[in-house]
Amino acid sequence: MPKRATPEINAGSTADIAFLLLIFFLVTTTMDVDTGIIRKLPPPVEKNQEDVQVNNRNVLKILVNSHDLLLIDGERGDVNTLKTKVIDFMSLHPNDPKYPEVKPKFIKELGKEVMLSKGVISLKNDRGTSYGMYIKVQDELAKAFHEMKDQKSIQMYGLKYDQLIDQKKVKIINKLVPVPISEAEPENVGGE
Amino acid sequence: MARFKVKKDKESGAINTSSLPDIIFMLLFFFMVTTTMRETSPKVRTKVPEASQIQKLEKKSLVSYILIGPPINHRLYGDNSRIQLDDQFATVKDIGEFVARERQARNEADRNKITTSLKVDESTKMGVVTDVKQQLRKSSALKINYSARRARK
Repeated sequence: MPKRATPEINAGSTADIAFLLLIFFLVTTTMDVDTGIIRKLPPPVEKNQEDVQVNNRNVLKILVNSHDLLLIDGERGDVNTLKTKVIDFMSLHPNDPKYPEVKPKFIKELGKEVMLSKGVISLKNDRGTSYGMYIKVQDELAKAFHEMKDQKSIQMYGLKYDQLIDQKKVKIINKLVPVPISEAEPENVGGE
Repeated sequence: MARFKVKKDKESGAINTSSLPDIIFMLLFFFMVTTTMRETSPKVRTKVPEASQIQKLEKKSLVSYILIGPPINHRLYGDNSRIQLDDQFATVKDIGEFVARERQARNEADRNKITTSLKVDESTKMGVVTDVKQQLRKSSALKINYSARRARK
């Protein structure tokens, strides 16, 4: 049987078409994954709500002024020492008046009462504080609490917090190490 | 008698390029899968600060962005930090409407899962950011993300 030669379709331009598509996608899309510090804002306050009175001893006040300087509980502070200060503050010293009070809390998952610190960290910043500094402080606070969670986790399960796979254990650690950061209602602390 | 074969004037074969489109298509698919559509063109410079305790934002479709920073075209708009919503400059008052619009655009089931990502330049003063946060609280868009880069060790 005579073989008839089928005329070949010229595919030389397919590459060009694909290139065009490729360039279109390169231009119109972005690759960056958004990362950041995820926080939850407190719900809006009602007008006639009374301020919750918190014992002075239970609060670690962090103030950031418009020159990006820190004031931790009335003393000049440094961002680099903030983490150790927070960890120290949140540690349990029930009989020392310098440290926050402790309260027992029943944890369902463990089936027993555990002593927890009543400490609260109050963060207040000026309108003139730079955003970079604010994030630095937030980051240091997050680091401090992360380290405490790690400690607790190693103590209880021999694993770091990030390495815990069992969601129940994660939940228990989260209950044992709460993150009591309170952001003050905005206020002009000291000029822009 | 010729000891060596005299090279015939052979037509040098063309390189086979039939697999070139396939290679390009592979590249194309790689980019299509790994990237997402650019939704807005930035009008403000947002060099986000560095942080170490950062998390990845899951589900890009449930994130709405608020950009705050000094305008790129600073000759025209000055150096003060401005807020950018969608594709244009905005003021703090527009945030409530923006949040409502973002909610409208999502499925009903997803509406309370929207995260607002604040892409703020590190030189911005907290005043603007605080105002924006207060507005977000008022319109009860409480899940926020302070956009940050991973700190270099």
